Amino acid sequence: MALDSKSELREFKIVGTRPLRPDGIDKVTGKARFGADITAPGMLVGLVLRSPHAHARIVSIDTSRAEAVPGVHAVVTRADFAEPGEDVADILDNCMAGAKALYDGHAVAAIAASSGKIARDALKLIDVVYEVLPHVTDVDAAMKPGAPVLHEGRTDETVPEGLSPNVISRHEFGHGDIEAGLAQADRIVERTFQTEATHQGYIEPHACLAQMGPDGQADLWCCTQGHYMARNVCAEILGLEQGQLRVTASEIGGGFGGKTTVFLEPVALMLARKSGRPVKMVMTRSEVLRATGPTASSSIDVKIGMTKDGRITAGFAELRYQGGAYPGSPVDMGSMSAFAPYDLEHVKTIGWDVVTNRPKQAAYRAPGAPMAAFAVESAIDELARGFGLDPLEVRLKNAAREGTRASYGPTYPAIGLEATLRTAKDHPHWSAPLGENQGRGVACGFWFNFGGDTCVTLNITPDGTVTVSEGNPDIGGSRASMSMMAAEELGIPYEKVRTIVADTGSLGQNEVTDGSRVTFAVGLATIEAARAAIREMCKRAAMVWGIEPEAVEWVDGAAQPAGPNAGEHPPMTLAEIAAIASNTGGPIAGHHEANPEGAGVSFATHMVDTEVDPDTGAVKILRYTVFQDAGKAIHPAYVEGQFQGGAVQGIGWALNEEYIYGEDGVLQNAGFLDYRVPVASDLPMIDTVILEIPNPGHPYGVRGVGETSIVPPLAAVANAVSAASGVRMTSLPISPPKLLAALHER
Amino acid sequence: MSKIHVTTTINGDPTEFLCEADETLLDVLRDRLGLTGSKEGCGTGDCGACSVTVGGRLVCSCLMLGAEAEGQEIGTIEGMAEGESLHPLQKKFIEHAALQCGICTPGLLVAAKSLLEHNPDPTEEETRYWLAGNLCRCTGYDKIIRAVMDAGKDMREAS
Ligand code: FES
Ligand code: FES
Repeated sequence: MALDSKSELREFKIVGTRPLRPDGIDKVTGKARFGADITAPGMLVGLVLRSPHAHARIVSIDTSRAEAVPGVHAVVTRADFAEPGEDVADILDNCMAGAKALYDGHAVAAIAASSGKIARDALKLIDVVYEVLPHVTDVDAAMKPGAPVLHEGRTDETVPEGLSPNVISRHEFGHGDIEAGLAQADRIVERTFQTEATHQGYIEPHACLAQMGPDGQADLWCCTQGHYMARNVCAEILGLEQGQLRVTASEIGGGFGGKTTVFLEPVALMLARKSGRPVKMVMTRSEVLRATGPTASSSIDVKIGMTKDGRITAGFAELRYQGGAYPGSPVDMGSMSAFAPYDLEHVKTIGWDVVTNRPKQAAYRAPGAPMAAFAVESAIDELARGFGLDPLEVRLKNAAREGTRASYGPTYPAIGLEATLRTAKDHPHWSAPLGENQGRGVACGFWFNFGGDTCVTLNITPDGTVTVSEGNPDIGGSRASMSMMAAEELGIPYEKVRTIVADTGSLGQNEVTDGSRVTFAVGLATIEAARAAIREMCKRAAMVWGIEPEAVEWVDGAAQPAGPNAGEHPPMTLAEIAAIASNTGGPIAGHHEANPEGAGVSFATHMVDTEVDPDTGAVKILRYTVFQDAGKAIHPAYVEGQFQGGAVQGIGWALNEEYIYGEDGVLQNAGFLDYRVPVASDLPMIDTVILEIPNPGHPYGVRGVGETSIVPPLAAVANAVSAASGVRMTSLPISPPKLLAALHER
Repeated sequence: MSKIHVTTTINGDPTEFLCEADETLLDVLRDRLGLTGSKEGCGTGDCGACSVTVGGRLVCSCLMLGAEAEGQEIGTIEGMAEGESLHPLQKKFIEHAALQCGICTPGLLVAAKSLLEHNPDPTEEETRYWLAGNLCRCTGYDKIIRAVMDAGKDMREAS
């Protein structure tokens, strides 16, 4: 469904305002029920036993001592699961190790007992014999021939001979002739960049409650970004029919991509099956950090040529991402997005997907893109500064625009990168004075955005209020946005619409809450569902008036006769039509099911001021401004929130956050004390500027906004540190000891 | 091992419970008393999601034993609104969109209330340092800080 003609001229009544979110009161009073807040009568507590080794063959598991403990109702190991289908094999192996434990924290057994205390004690009585194997956690080390091997036979045909079997696949994108482009350059920068793995860091640990009857009917409650995904994956692993497994999403305490897969859920279902009792499982923070998806770590070579007036003549990057113990790091997305903001004649990226003895990576907000942008945007900054050019001007000179052939293939429709750059240049932040040891950095970022399977049902109740059922957990205000779009389309007040997140038994398939898709795709389906209901309501009014349905139009929340019949009957409001629905053909609803294309790519430019303490190497963020294209901001406060949250996660990635592995391959900082995410006192206000370049693929022009905001900050902060201190930091995080050492070398 | 009998006051209600000697106050609140508004983000005192007040002092309930509640006055998020009427901080959090997922919100509200009781007119910096023990991963804190300062302003004007 395309952008409504004249949408840019359309006067919105509700869209673009800032109403209170409908789930607000529940969430400020403690009533909202998150994953760990769900209980069931007679439930057991489930706990997981995890590998203390980075890499080990599981020689044997003896559960008999644990099973004998009074109060223990089930013990589960991999032997309880049938051989999985290929598409869920790695997921199951990650939830419950098979022949080998592949990383520190890998699940090897689980227990369900009548109390947490009994479960904890009994867990210690499971006897696992490990044969410890050599391990590798660094991406470059894992690629070398002779590195410890995680899996044999997983390498695909894109990988040339001579590399370690840990190298899974090679990806290549681009066009033109890099050497020819470099030959035109006045200067070439060639550098290698490194980023460490970071964790999504949602404050709510994974949690679920499962129950299953002997008839194969099962129920699962969990905090997830996609309960339909959880249903499908769990059904396949457990050998259940999808229709027999009903999954209800609890409120979700953050996900950022990390809750787009399952960890506990299949195990809880298996424990429930074996025990015949409901089983609740909740991870500790250390389990979250050790065993759920951090992002990939990366090692990236970049080579960029530029003329002295700032034109990029060629861009090349080779990206190596380790995505933990299983194939599937987002190196393909990193390779596609690295140069996406620029209009380049000669561009090429090569990506390598590598496995190591680390937890299986999970998506994290624009997966794969922030590290690629860190490398490319740092190199562009170095070139611009080397020529004494304005870094915003250089980016404007090379910016992709409508008609640009993207480095990853497609040709862009209307996009907003230039608008963000021009707005940034005119913003007072750009010309504000800086003090000693202070520097300003900028960087651009890109994300694809996504549509995906979506179902929405909109019901008109007999009293003329409206309920919207959608299938995506509300992770940051999406119920409000859906209610707003439904109210806008129906022409009724926002307060008359209540949006709920329906369980998997109530709607068809819904893609997980990912790819910044919800406001776009679910919004589109909501608008279409409202239009379907409007068509039906016009039909009912026509019936009452004895005229053709085509002769009825919907204006301001009411049907009215149009054309030759105009004015013949007074308008019938939604509530009036609803009140007599029973006599005009029965209840009224609209629904829409789609897999919409046209999500509309999104761009941002970030600007940040930092101050570097020359004595300690500490970096302080002084000022931060986000400029991003939202297409159309439905609820601007929550759009700003996405910009701010992504920027701050990026600041954490740039300055503090990292996975630290010891020589033994064990994670050294599996807690919030040592894995330090930004806190309030680390930060200034995060200013935002929302630009609205309508997305032609959505009736109101919406683009996803959730992910792009984490793409620029890594480079923007690094560029600001470079401007403040004169040293170019090529390895993240820019922690005080690292920066101090670099300052001393200067 | 036998359980410990504890007599305490929670949100003004006289309350009794039995708990294990090693059980945290957070576990007692959530698992024994059904007060699931306090959240466990870490269990190690690093995230503030479990914030409660004990005798008016801000405490991480994951770091305190249930048995230590004996004879105390405990305040949790569930006691913050008075019946139907929300505390000004609760209203301001909704108005300012200071929550996205909302998991950090109960702890932040309890901590912010304690701040305004100690310091009715905090600067931005004071607010940021007081709330530095409460992690929020969604918002970047901007709207939270604004909501707290705005609530403080309203409360000063009302008093
Ligand atoms: S749960 Fe108590 S501080 Fe995190
Ligand atoms: S709103 Fe999600 S952690 Fe704060």
